[in-house]
Amino acid sequence: MSTTEKSVDNGVNVEALLGAREALTAAPEGAKFTWRATCKWVNGTHSQSTVKGFFGLGEEQSHKTEFNFDADHPEIFASEDHGATPVELVLAGLASCLTAGVAAVAQMRDIQLNSVSATLEGGMDIQGILGIDSDVRNGFDGINVHYEIDADASDDDIKALVAQSQKRSAVFDIVANPTNVTVDVN
Amino acid sequence: MRTTTVIIGAGHAGLAMSRCLAERSIDHVILERGEVANSWKTERWDSLRLLTPNWQSRLPGYGYEGDDPDGYRTMPETIAFIERYADVISAPVQTHTQVTSVCASDGGYLVATNQGDWQCRTVVLATGACNIPNVPAVAQAVPPAIAMLTPDQYRNPDQLAQGGVLVVGASSTGTQIATEIHLSGRPVTLAVGEHIRAPRVYRGKDIEWWMDVAGVLGERYDEVDDLNRARSVPSLQLAGSPERRSVDLNSLTTIGVKLIGRLAGINDGKAQFSGSLKNQCVMSDLKMNRLLKTIDEWATENGLDDDVEPPHRFAPTELEAAPPLSMDLGSGAIRTIIWATGFRPDYSWLDVPVLDRKTRVRHDGGVVEAPGMYLMGIQFLRRRKSALIDGAGDDARDLSAHLAAYLDGQSAAPRS
Repeated sequence: MSTTEKSVDNGVNVEALLGAREALTAAPEGAKFTWRATCKWVNGTHSQSTVKGFFGLGEEQSHKTEFNFDADHPEIFASEDHGATPVELVLAGLASCLTAGVAAVAQMRDIQLNSVSATLEGGMDIQGILGIDSDVRNGFDGINVHYEIDADASDDDIKALVAQSQKRSAVFDIVANPTNVTVDVN
Repeated sequence: MRTTTVIIGAGHAGLAMSRCLAERSIDHVILERGEVANSWKTERWDSLRLLTPNWQSRLPGYGYEGDDPDGYRTMPETIAFIERYADVISAPVQTHTQVTSVCASDGGYLVATNQGDWQCRTVVLATGACNIPNVPAVAQAVPPAIAMLTPDQYRNPDQLAQGGVLVVGASSTGTQIATEIHLSGRPVTLAVGEHIRAPRVYRGKDIEWWMDVAGVLGERYDEVDDLNRARSVPSLQLAGSPERRSVDLNSLTTIGVKLIGRLAGINDGKAQFSGSLKNQCVMSDLKMNRLLKTIDEWATENGLDDDVEPPHRFAPTELEAAPPLSMDLGSGAIRTIIWATGFRPDYSWLDVPVLDRKTRVRHDGGVVEAPGMYLMGIQFLRRRKSALIDGAGDDARDLSAHLAAYLDGQSAAPRS
């Protein structure tokens, strides 16, 4: 492969990513990360979650600053609507994960992105969470993600970007596949 | 007993290497746990035909001589083909000789077997890529009322109880077995993860012919961007049939096989399937179209467009809008699960520190890290075709040359 300067710039440091991949292939224990969030009840259905520290590359790490996320429910749920619903935060997480993936894969494949936007919809029958019908699940009955992408590439190459980003996405995997969840108290 | 080179395994790969060593007058023996073409004799289902056309089984000093070059060998024909190769090249095969260990010894290797030990200077591992079925750990959670089979144990649908069958894995093996079991009257559900779709025939020619002439199969291991990835790509969804049928997910849907996502887990007797089925199929369609585009471009560059049928594209993979995500394995609807989830090599007898943490042999195009040790017949060993019968020739020629140079160098160097 030639090492000519790349004209494509999606703001992704591919060399760093490839370097990390190489380093972590040699030292796989460094690849074990733990992500954390804390959450405090505020009032009613309003809560505030916080992220700051996480573990990775063999040691404690930290975001540059603490990030806070208010979650609540809209007024039609008799709530005060201080923030997004938790399920909307899940959609936001999926969208951000896939979109970051699109940028990274595009950079890796020498494709210049001009604009990327995603629209997500998750259908839900709230008879599940309200306990009206036990045959209805609580969660989404399906999620649709629609991308509008303007990039210097063929339609098939753009479709392949989106497909590859799903293949490598953590949140796509978390949403599409079962995960053991344990919750304890005190 | 002493010899220069011990080849372990008398399949097509070990035999091709034997022929190349004989051409160089390198003294050697082939140790075979059973008989020539043992896996083909004992670990294949009845209706299986070779996935590559007859003409494509070119081995050093041997090839197809019949009148059906475009056909696909049955298992008895495949076995006869390989047995005849062993005869034609007078391969020095010691059958029913199970290798129990290989360890470094006296500047070479000591190969211990149930028929005595061999001391050699060089050793060729040609034991194949498909020794142990890759059954996922989740199999332990399958309720005991459900029978489980791996493809090396499967022979034909009569082996199975009447009733539903879950086939896990949609590569070449899974799609072929799913087809014949479903047609036997046992309704099949096929769990589909990553898979590589490919038409049997494109523009009037076998897909293997296109990949051969366009250089896809000959692509070298030191030319691909991501060798790890290339070595772990699933097998093409191909089957050999007299009708040259394509076997893909659409053909399975047409006969009534139910498609669901990758088996992701089993909890409390409930199987859970991934919601990624749509993306798996989109990726596979895109990859197939990329291959067809490569073929079209090659055909144009080489002036073939007037000699073959015009370019076209196949219908995208059709899926139901919301495939089920779970299945109650206790309901009795599924009586059998077939794990068509691939195979891995067995190197449990190899007492030389050349395995990585995933128990794969560390090698550079078949030249193993341990001096004088070589590997054959592994996916993308040196070329995309390395695991095909047709790939053994080029690899054996390259590696026998390396082996000969190693022996020369070893003889020239002062022994320590």
